Amino acid sequence: METTLGQNLGDTHHDHGPASGIGRWLFTTNHKDIGTLYLWFSLLMFLTGGTMALLIRAELFQPGLQLVQPEFFNQMTTMHGLIMVFGAVMPAFVGLANWLVPMMIGAPDMALPRMNNWSFWILPFAFAMMISTLFMEGGAPNFGWTFYAPLSTTYAPPSVTFFIFAVHMMGISSIMGAINVIATILNLRAPGMTMMKLPLFVWSWLITAFLLIAVMPVLAGVVTMMLMDIHFGTSFFNAAGGGDPVLFQHVFWFFGHPEVYIMILPAFGIISEIIPTFARKRLFGYASMVYAIASIAILSFLVWAHHMFTVGLPLAGELFFMFATMLIAVPTGVKVFNWVATMFRGSLTFETPMLFALAFVVLFTIGGFSGLMLAIAPADFQYHDTYFVVAHFHYVLVPGAIFSIMAATYFWLPKWTGHMINERMGKIHFWLSFVGVNITFFPMHFVGLAGMPRRIPDYALQFADFNSVASVGAFIFGFSQLLFLYNVIACIRGGARATDRVWEGAHGLEWTLPSPAPYHSFSQPPVVK
Amino acid sequence: MTKRIWLLPWIGFLVSLPAAAAWQVNLSPGHTAIARDIHDLHMIIFWVCVAIGVVVFGVMFWSILHHRKSKGAEAHHFHENTVVEILWTLIPFGILIAMAVPATATLIRMYDSTEADLDVQITGYQWKWRYQYLGQDIDYFSVLSTPREQINNEEEKGEHYLLEVDNPLVLPAGKKVRFLLTSNDVIHSWWVPSFAVKKDAIPGFVNEAWVIPEEPGIYRGQCTELCGKDHGFMPVVVEVKPQEEFDQWLADAKAAAAEQAASAEQEWTLEQLMQRGEQVYNTSCAACHQASGQGVPGAFPALAGSPITTGDIDAHIDIVLHGKAGTAMQAFGSQLNAVDLAAVITFERNAWGNDTGDSVSPQQIAERNQ
Ligand code: HEC
Ligand SMILES: [Cu+2]
Repeated sequence: METTLGQNLGDTHHDHGPASGIGRWLFTTNHKDIGTLYLWFSLLMFLTGGTMALLIRAELFQPGLQLVQPEFFNQMTTMHGLIMVFGAVMPAFVGLANWLVPMMIGAPDMALPRMNNWSFWILPFAFAMMISTLFMEGGAPNFGWTFYAPLSTTYAPPSVTFFIFAVHMMGISSIMGAINVIATILNLRAPGMTMMKLPLFVWSWLITAFLLIAVMPVLAGVVTMMLMDIHFGTSFFNAAGGGDPVLFQHVFWFFGHPEVYIMILPAFGIISEIIPTFARKRLFGYASMVYAIASIAILSFLVWAHHMFTVGLPLAGELFFMFATMLIAVPTGVKVFNWVATMFRGSLTFETPMLFALAFVVLFTIGGFSGLMLAIAPADFQYHDTYFVVAHFHYVLVPGAIFSIMAATYFWLPKWTGHMINERMGKIHFWLSFVGVNITFFPMHFVGLAGMPRRIPDYALQFADFNSVASVGAFIFGFSQLLFLYNVIACIRGGARATDRVWEGAHGLEWTLPSPAPYHSFSQPPVVK
Repeated sequence: MTKRIWLLPWIGFLVSLPAAAAWQVNLSPGHTAIARDIHDLHMIIFWVCVAIGVVVFGVMFWSILHHRKSKGAEAHHFHENTVVEILWTLIPFGILIAMAVPATATLIRMYDSTEADLDVQITGYQWKWRYQYLGQDIDYFSVLSTPREQINNEEEKGEHYLLEVDNPLVLPAGKKVRFLLTSNDVIHSWWVPSFAVKKDAIPGFVNEAWVIPEEPGIYRGQCTELCGKDHGFMPVVVEVKPQEEFDQWLADAKAAAAEQAASAEQEWTLEQLMQRGEQVYNTSCAACHQASGQGVPGAFPALAGSPITTGDIDAHIDIVLHGKAGTAMQAFGSQLNAVDLAAVITFERNAWGNDTGDSVSPQQIAERNQ
């Protein structure tokens, strides 16, 4: 069926291409254009947040205060976290969903194209506003990306109000994006594309979208309560007025824990597409993969207080959250076992996307191990709020979420641009990133266990050695990302012609379209057998 | 040969590594029974993870080495196996239950803070700790004592850089001490790794934790909850003494408190007040208002030339005594004694070119602090 479809469309349906000039990008309702906007925006935010991380690591290269003062250091850790979570990782996944979901399910576009345009264009304004707080009197938000009250309310700089407004805008954008993904997947599937035939990337995004719709309003709620406390005399989180600072943490983490799965489930989907392709073998345990993602999503609502083991929860609460958290290891384990079983007795090749996917499996699993350690509540009293936690979540987010996004980019870029990537450059980028990421984050386990708290601009002398190692790694990792930028631009501008299938072992509807994919994906539904 | 010259600094760096200070990579076992239990749990779960990692990564690397296309490997076509899938769901589940049992037991013991021999209330302030020995009339603050010059790299850093304070918490060895933790402003967290005690100090809440310190010695930790600008500069230092020495310390501390109270009655000259005021200012106020009196724009007001420090004395005394609700300015009336308050206010009115010539007496403070 599929291979000839793309060419035929050009004749039977007048295939109007993109508008010209800046208007194409401002007014576009095309899923590919919007996907492109999201991805470039995310890359810009990644480099911005990364620059802040390098400033942090430069200050931490040696004990003593060298480059920045503590108040600015706190603004950097806060902005780095917020930008990476809300500006880099989440928009990148939405961008990938935009590009891929219609092509994977055999649809012409997203279900709600105008809303799609709006949900993207809110973001640059939200982040412009948030970043502008750096130039305000009193400085940018300085209370950490978790913005615990009352540090973020009674004791916050005046710019907190802009931060709250920016978070509201990001939330609206995410919710609209999620509604769009759900509407598209549920309504626009090609005939024969039953739910249990959906590619795993689509499944993982469907579940992620429900998580987003469930928790973004909670985030909006908690920042609104802050706003009320700051400007309208309420005392939700103000103990002096009878409020409860711990309530803030419960509400925040009820959003925050599902949020971390929002940042990893689409990664699971991506890896589940890439590994079978380069193992030339079907994904092992497709159905159990779907159930595992669904159970992780459900459990993610029951574990929020494992971020709060030291706030003084009652014993029963500690035990409940410890057990529930340990339970998440089971479906997560299933996923890793399935990926390994997919590789087992396959016929493996190691193109750049596969290298990133393999690194994902190993390093994400290491992040999962430290997560399992953190779940053990008594031990968490020693780990909590130390660099051990910093190491843990950077392992799941950098070689986890970010590597998956890079793997996806290298994997689908030939389909998007019609050019193959430069494998040599891709591999150099991979190896530098792989080495850099480990030099940066592995020593953080050590300093954390040795007793170094997180979010401090200066530290005791016994932490000095590993901190300088981590800083060297951070600069290697950071500057290697310029290669990524180079590789992407080079692939857009030229390179060997990509075939429709691109990769020998590729399966799925997107590979039946021509490369580069036509402006409108499937104007007539393909038939899925 | 010359091309390799760039390697030299790297070789130097690598050679110097083993010689450099501590490359501690693991949790230390600690100095209490609970800390050792936690350390054991940590090691068990660590080895469990290593074992699972060896199996999973083993299979993965085996496939990477042997099932590669370049070696002529053909893909097999299995893609599910119910038995295997059930097994690798159930086995991890079993391991987790085996882990949960000792973890639960340890947690239950950690939560048993009954039958304490001594109660100490610990209050977090931006950026210092207050220790109050309940029923003992002992009440003091503990502030970082590392000199600014070391932090700013103008002096060589001492052995306990950033982990040293003026007045450590003093505890008797072998006794069960219960901590009651709370906060005066934002959330802090009181952590001593050797005791495995970490508990958040939260405004409006009183949290409990406890320790039976085993051996006399000095134990160091830090605040672990981001609490604003100087979060990295509020260490915890605990000095554990044998019982007799502890009793002696207790008696001395009470005597010193009585002496302090008496000094409020005596006459203080402007010069004496200025001298003492400068010390008080540097420990209690400079973190926010800065040693220069210039403050931090947008966060902490300048005191040099401010209408309050150069204007009405009573308004000045009032803000220092009662603080300003809803801001970081604390009520120092309940933190400092009358002499220190008089001294610091006098200092502020005459330093940095304020030159009002005013002198505030401890008696004046006591009157307004009714
Ligand atoms: C944790 C930070 C912090 C510390 C420590 C601190 N202050 Fe303040 N102080 C503030 C803030 C914030 C204000 C501004 C309150 C407001 O919004 O009016 C302030 C205001 C003042 C003012 C009024 C200044 C003006 O012009 O409005 C005086 C006087 C003052 N502080 C004295 C002191 C003294 C004396 C100490 C030490 C004993 C001290 N402060 C310690 C944060 C602090
Ligand atoms: Cu603190």
